[in-house]
Amino acid sequence: MKILVPVKRVLDYNVKAKVKADGSGVDLANVKMSMNPFDEIALEEAIRLKEKGVAEEIIAVSIGVQQNQETLRTALAMGADRAILIVASTDVNVDIEPLTVSNLLAAIVKKEDPKLILCGKQAIDNDFNATAQMLSAKLDWPQATFASEIDLDKDNCKVTREIDGGLQTIKINLPAVVSVDLRLNEPRYASLPNIMKAKRKPLEEMKPEDLAVDISPRLKILETKEPETRASGIIVENVDELVEKIKKNAGRN
Amino acid sequence: MKILVIAEIHNGTLAEDQTSKTICAASELSTVDVLCASSNCDQAAKQLQSIEKVDTIKVIESELLSENLAESYSADLIELLKEYTHIFVPSSSFGKNLLPRIAGILDMMIVSDVSKIIETDTFERPIYAGNAIQRVQSKDKIKLVSIRTSNFNSAPSGGNAKIEKLSINIQNKISSWLENKVQDNDRPELTSAKVIVSGGRGVGSKENFAVIEKLADKLGAAVGASRAAVDSGFAPNDWQVGQTGKVVAPELYVAVGISGAIQHLAGMKDSKVIVAINKDEEAPIFQVADFGLVEDLFKAVPEIEKKL
Repeated sequence: MKILVPVKRVLDYNVKAKVKADGSGVDLANVKMSMNPFDEIALEEAIRLKEKGVAEEIIAVSIGVQQNQETLRTALAMGADRAILIVASTDVNVDIEPLTVSNLLAAIVKKEDPKLILCGKQAIDNDFNATAQMLSAKLDWPQATFASEIDLDKDNCKVTREIDGGLQTIKINLPAVVSVDLRLNEPRYASLPNIMKAKRKPLEEMKPEDLAVDISPRLKILETKEPETRASGIIVENVDELVEKIKKNAGRN
Repeated sequence: MKILVIAEIHNGTLAEDQTSKTICAASELSTVDVLCASSNCDQAAKQLQSIEKVDTIKVIESELLSENLAESYSADLIELLKEYTHIFVPSSSFGKNLLPRIAGILDMMIVSDVSKIIETDTFERPIYAGNAIQRVQSKDKIKLVSIRTSNFNSAPSGGNAKIEKLSINIQNKISSWLENKVQDNDRPELTSAKVIVSGGRGVGSKENFAVIEKLADKLGAAVGASRAAVDSGFAPNDWQVGQTGKVVAPELYVAVGISGAIQHLAGMKDSKVIVAINKDEEAPIFQVADFGLVEDLFKAVPEIEKKL
C-alpha cells in the first residue's frame, strides 16, 4: 500500500507569531520554521504502518516555497521514502489556500495512486482545518477527521475520531483520507544517520502549471492585526479574598 | 442574499447552544433558513421554530444522516445548498468535519472559525492560535462560514418559522458509523458551560486531578485541562482547552496550576472573568487573569472549595 503524507512548512510552534506593524501579515523573516506538528503526527503514523508491513511506500508532499525542501528532507529523515515539492510561490508570506492545496494534491494522487492519505488536522499558521476534507471531496473518497486511532485493513479502515464530548468510531472504505489529531502518536526525532541518508533520497520538484492547477486565491486578506489585549488584573492576598471574587462572578450553570 | 444555517443535530438531539449562536451570528446579515438533516428531526425542528429571524426550517430525514458522516451529504443535498449565498455552521467538531467537504464539492473556499462578521462578504478570524486576527473577503459565489460560537450570543426566541419537509435522496456507500463513546457524567458541556475549572501540568497526576474535579462540582462547572496536562496523561483529550482543543468563553474560568502557554490562552482568553492559581508568580497566566493567587494549588484549592 502506498501512503501519501502532505507536510506544511510553518512558523515553529515554539515561536510567538508577531504581527507586522503595517497590518500586512505575520512576520516570517528570519524566524524558525518547522514541519506543522499535526503533519508530523500523520507522517509518524505512516512510518509505523510501514514498519508493521502494512504500507510499502511513503511519499511526502509539500506545497509552498523553495525552502520547503528542508521540511521534506526532515520528512525523508524521519522515514518517508521519497518526496515531491510543488513550488507554488517565491514569497514565504504567501499562504497557499487549502482549496488550492487540495487541488494540487488531487492531481498528485491521480499520478501516484496511493490508497491512503494521512494529513494533519490543521496547519498551526492559518488554522483553517480544511485540506483533508476538501481533498477527500475532490477525490470522492471517504474522510475520517481528527483521528486518535487508526485500524487499517485491506479494503477498509476503522478510525476513532475525537469529537466534542467524546470519541466516535467509524468505518471508511479505502482509498480514503484521514486527518490526525494530537493523541494518535508521538512523532520520533530523525537520527543523525537517517538525516545523512535522507540527503540521497529522491526529491522531485514541480510547479502548479505542470499539474494544470489554477492557484489564484479565493479569499482576499484585507488586514492582519494584533488581538485585543485584556486589561491587567490584580493579585489577591489570600484564599478568602479569592473566594469572594469567585462567589461574585460564578453564576451557577 | 439567502442564508442557510446547518443545525448541529446528533441522532435527533439538537446541539442547542452551538446552533443558536450560529443562527444569531448569521442573522446579523439577514433572516435565515435552517437545515435539519438528521434522523427524527421533529423535536429539533420544533425547538428551532421559535428562534427569532428563522424563516424556514428545511427538514431532511434519513438514518444515514443521524451520526453526521460528511459523506452522507450526497449529490441531491448539495444541490439544495447551491440555492444559497451563505452557508453557516458552528465551528464545532461537527462543523469542522462537514463544511470543508461541502466546500471541496462546490470548489469553493471556507472562512473558518469566524469571530466577527464585518459585511456580507467580509469576516474576521483568529490565526496563529489567536495571536493574530485576520480580516478576509471572500470572492466565492457562496460564502461558506464556520462560526466560533464563543464569540456570539444565543439567538433570542420569539420567532415562528415554517417547517418544510423535503424528500431528498441520501446515499452513502463509502463510510459507516460504528459507535460513540461519550463521556457520561452530569457536568455541563465544556463549550457551553458558564463556569469552567481547568487544571494544568502543576496538578501533577491523574489522581490529583480529583482536586480540580471537586472544585468544579462545587461550582457546577465543567472541567478543562491544558495541553500539557493532557499530553502528560492527567486528563482526557476532550477536556483540552486551547488552540488544539476547545475554544471556550465562560462567565468564569478558573485556571489551576496552568502556566499559560500561548496555545492555552488562545482557547480561553475570551472568558469574561479569569481566575488563576499558581505557585509561580512569573507564570504568564497572571497576565490575562483578572484575579490571581500565588499559592500552592494543593493548599489553596481544597480551602477554596470548603469556603465556597
